[in-house]
Amino acid sequence: MEETDVIFLWGSNARDAHPIFFHHVLKGVRNGARLYVVDPRRTSTAAWADVWLGIRVGSDIALANAMARVIIHEGLACDEFIGRATTDFDKFRAGVETYTLDFAEQETGVPGDVIREAAIAYAKADRAMICWTLGITEHHNAVDNVLSLINLALLTGKVGRYGCGLNPLRGQNNVQGGGDMGAIPNRLAGFQNNEDEAVRAKFERAWNVTIQPRHGWNLTQMFHAMDRGDLTSLYVIGENPAQSDADLHRVERLLTNLDHLVVQDIFLTRTAELANVVLPASASWCEAEGTVTNSERRVQRVRKALEPPHDARDDIWIIAQIAKRMGRDFGNPSAEDAWNEMRSLAPMFAGMSYERLESCSGLQWPCEDEARPGQQYLHARLWKTPPEGRLAPFHAVEHEPPVERPDDDYPFVLTTGRRLENYNTGVQSSGYTSPMHRGESLDIAPEDATKLGISDGDLLKVTSRRGSVEAPARVDHALKPGLVFMTLHFPDEVPTNFLTIDEFDPKSGTAEFKACAVRVEKAHVRQQRRPGAVSHRGERVVGD
Amino acid sequence: MDLRIGEAEPTAEERVAVDALLGPPSSGWDGGTRDPVRDTHVAFGGHDARARRHLLLPALRAVQSRVGWISEGALNYVCTRLTVPPADAWGVATFYALLSTTPRPKRVLHVCDDIACKCRGADELIARIEKTVGPEHHAPTNGDPVHVGDFTWVRSPCLGMCDVAPAAFLQEFGPEPRETSIGRLDQAPNFASAAGESSALRPGDSSVGHWNEYRLLTKRFGAVDPTSLEDYKGAKGYQALKLALEMGPQAVIDEVSASKLLGRGGAAFPTGRKWDAVAKQSARPHYLVCNADESEPGTFKDRVLMEGDPFALVEAMTIAGFAAGCEHGYLYVRGEYPLAEQRLENALRQARGAGLLGDDIMGRGVRFDIEIRRGGGAYICGEETALFNSIEGLRGEPRNKPPFPVQEGLFGKPTVVNNVETLMNVPPILLMGGAEFAQIGTAQSTGTRLFCVSGCVERPGLYEAAFGLTGRQLLEMAGGVAHGRKLQTVLLGGAAGVFIRPDELDMPLTFEDTRAAKATLGSGVFLVFDDAIDLNDILRRIAAFFRDESCGQCVPCRVGTVRQEEALHRILVGRTLGRVNDEVALLDEVGMAMKDASICGLGQTAYSAVESAIHRLHHFGKPTT
Repeated sequence: MEETDVIFLWGSNARDAHPIFFHHVLKGVRNGARLYVVDPRRTSTAAWADVWLGIRVGSDIALANAMARVIIHEGLACDEFIGRATTDFDKFRAGVETYTLDFAEQETGVPGDVIREAAIAYAKADRAMICWTLGITEHHNAVDNVLSLINLALLTGKVGRYGCGLNPLRGQNNVQGGGDMGAIPNRLAGFQNNEDEAVRAKFERAWNVTIQPRHGWNLTQMFHAMDRGDLTSLYVIGENPAQSDADLHRVERLLTNLDHLVVQDIFLTRTAELANVVLPASASWCEAEGTVTNSERRVQRVRKALEPPHDARDDIWIIAQIAKRMGRDFGNPSAEDAWNEMRSLAPMFAGMSYERLESCSGLQWPCEDEARPGQQYLHARLWKTPPEGRLAPFHAVEHEPPVERPDDDYPFVLTTGRRLENYNTGVQSSGYTSPMHRGESLDIAPEDATKLGISDGDLLKVTSRRGSVEAPARVDHALKPGLVFMTLHFPDEVPTNFLTIDEFDPKSGTAEFKACAVRVEKAHVRQQRRPGAVSHRGERVVGD
Repeated sequence: MDLRIGEAEPTAEERVAVDALLGPPSSGWDGGTRDPVRDTHVAFGGHDARARRHLLLPALRAVQSRVGWISEGALNYVCTRLTVPPADAWGVATFYALLSTTPRPKRVLHVCDDIACKCRGADELIARIEKTVGPEHHAPTNGDPVHVGDFTWVRSPCLGMCDVAPAAFLQEFGPEPRETSIGRLDQAPNFASAAGESSALRPGDSSVGHWNEYRLLTKRFGAVDPTSLEDYKGAKGYQALKLALEMGPQAVIDEVSASKLLGRGGAAFPTGRKWDAVAKQSARPHYLVCNADESEPGTFKDRVLMEGDPFALVEAMTIAGFAAGCEHGYLYVRGEYPLAEQRLENALRQARGAGLLGDDIMGRGVRFDIEIRRGGGAYICGEETALFNSIEGLRGEPRNKPPFPVQEGLFGKPTVVNNVETLMNVPPILLMGGAEFAQIGTAQSTGTRLFCVSGCVERPGLYEAAFGLTGRQLLEMAGGVAHGRKLQTVLLGGAAGVFIRPDELDMPLTFEDTRAAKATLGSGVFLVFDDAIDLNDILRRIAAFFRDESCGQCVPCRVGTVRQEEALHRILVGRTLGRVNDEVALLDEVGMAMKDASICGLGQTAYSAVESAIHRLHHFGKPTT
């Protein structure tokens, strides 16, 4: 990142949402990298950019495909890499042929000459990176969006080399670690597919259990299963779906109707309020031993600095105790015991002993044995002669606008996102006062504000087909006419996700938080506080 | 960039002033009217926007000239146009004496009360102004407390017009702003309402003298029209550049090295070695900077050179740029030198028109051009790295060295930075050959030197002499002490120089002889004080000067210059802490701390003149310890 020539932040407001990572972006910029930001809003990230491409919400593929077409037509495709390391190029080339600059300009709103320049800059750069966040993945066609970016990297050979690559930015210090450990419905620890018989056999031997031969449900599918009545009990660890998921009226109904809901968390979250059993847990960053994996796949040690409040317990201890009650004795494993067991089953971590993690200040996976230093970047295998492993396929993907389009009744597109000074549903950031906390607002373009006679601070009523909330107006030049913006940070005061749509990508399960149609009008009465929405933010469940 | 621009809006006039410099805004994000289609789908910024930071000082100057002060709205507009955080730009705007962040009258007269003008009646003049106009900063408003009156006056440090002292500088703000240097203000009939009108003497009236047969730098003065390229060419102009282009860069550097030319700005660094060091740097681009921010009290030689022979400086810079591999030169002219700037702008225009600057100089494919930057009234910007920061749009605070300018100078690139007088020596060197140039003067001080003779002499002015003449000879050349009075002391080298005793007058004014005598030639100042001058007053003015001009960046200088002024003040009013010798010991200690620990030459020499008054002249008596 710091030694690359061109950086694309695509659907990412990293300045606000990934401030630590953004320091590294800025180092790269100071070293001369040109920064391109693709975002419907001119965010504080975009304000740092050499070029801001302010696409319409959900037109990412139109932009990516048009860039690909420019690169191909300009003769800037990396034929060497395409020939040696990829498949399905011809299909892809034919697929993007209809994505002319005129078409892309019409769909994205970004002038064609700007798109062309961006494509050429990306292709011509010796080193270039594409980073994305939820602006890419919180769409009904999230996987296609990601594939369209992968296509660009394959097309120009910008993978498997230093200073290049594709980087999904993780929203928390250990999102990557959760996936590493197998806390996803289709992989066991170390991203080993549970549909693979040999993999299953290995784990079954080690654990002396039978592992189901099919993928599990992702979060969205779980809610659908609850709706159908197929899922009746839920164990939630460190997650607050009652406030973080789309179409909250529905989520709350489903959670309430469960036979049994267990919530393990360090706070009494809104979800925990609905639970039958709440298990107070220790704070993993200071009250527990273990590891985290950051966005660059670096596994790092976390050390216990404090004893948890008296009734709170380490997550491993809680899980082992539940297992015991279920008739299975895990003993009393330490974090290192659990880690070492995982190393014995997941080859990509095999070389990462606690001792080495300590002495090397963390290691990047894969690291197959203790003689290896870990890998700074992935996919170098594609540049080997001949390329090792599976070749990288192009995927011809088509532009598909968001499911819900604005119409006469709901003329605005609402997109949601985050702010620097708040964090997710506020469990960790609303418990203290700060001069930067300014509460929720409906951000609206000055042109629309003028049209509707709205000034800063006016209380507005925002209505979608699913619900309605009230929030004060904030006129924001970052927005284009027809686009309004809210955050998800204040679910107690303004439950934005009452508005959002329960459309999701069947391939990834991610919901389309980034686009729904709403109506905006001045509210006439003061907002009534929602009964039962009294905030418990920041209060520890246990303690004195 | 994270810009937080406040609510204040610029006035139409402020916009016009900024846009005249920067061109109209390219988009709503650039301070223009928001286009609801284009501006909501694309914006440009980043490196290109940040690369415009260097236009900050010119933009602030543009507002100042047009409006008379820099309002919050104007500052916001400049910041939006240049993507500079307002707090940062505020730091720059408040750094310079010629910029104001509070309303000022449309006409401001800066009256020099510095040491050279003091010798020629500045104090009496100021007393008269106070009596007729009112106190400093006072703007008569006819009783209206909101309306700022039309005219005010302020005290100023040395204006570089010591040859025509007492001097003043008039700023007139408005759609057609005007700046005027005024010499012999005491002879103006009415400085309040008609200040700067034709009755006052104009600059360029300086006496110019020379000693022995060598006139290398002043030979065209009075003989050649400084506004005419043709006249200049007719007087051997541009022959040196032609020769240089034929010789090639390395041969030019070799000639300059052979001439043993030493820098004339004060540091006396070998010019050839500096050029060679830059030419050999692989980093590109290379920059050439001409330091014309002359503001050492008592110094006016560069102003006279630029006013009298501007084409020669342009030619010299072109040769230097060619030799050191630079394609872009900056000419940083002191803010208080309007005539020099006018004449140089004219010279650049004519040179460009004649193919003597630009992409194909003399048809030989050589590329070089020069951009003039005006200072904003800050002595510290004469320090070379502070000057770089000033050009880059930062506060003019010196940088730590190393890295030296030849490695990382302007915009972090290898940079040749030379004083005006130094560069002016280059064409004669090429025309006569470095070896022959080295024959002039003494073995270690080659060529001629310009001496700024001012104060209590019969004929103040600029005197060119081959190195080797003594102080006594110089004084005689200028007609001796005025009115036949007795010599008290001479300040050699400027406020950062030393006072010498009358019995030291036979010292040859060379680099080596002054160094051996623990004195300095500095910028060529030879400021004469007769026995009627109150040296206490002069010392206090020098101490005040350094306190005022310290940039405040490093502690030894920021605190030391204040302590020095305080201790002097206590001695002069007879309220010493302990005996006078105790105060002298304190001054010595503070002075040593400044000399040892200051980042730049300002702090390092801030005690020099006072120290010499104490230990050379024994002004406060002989120390007992």
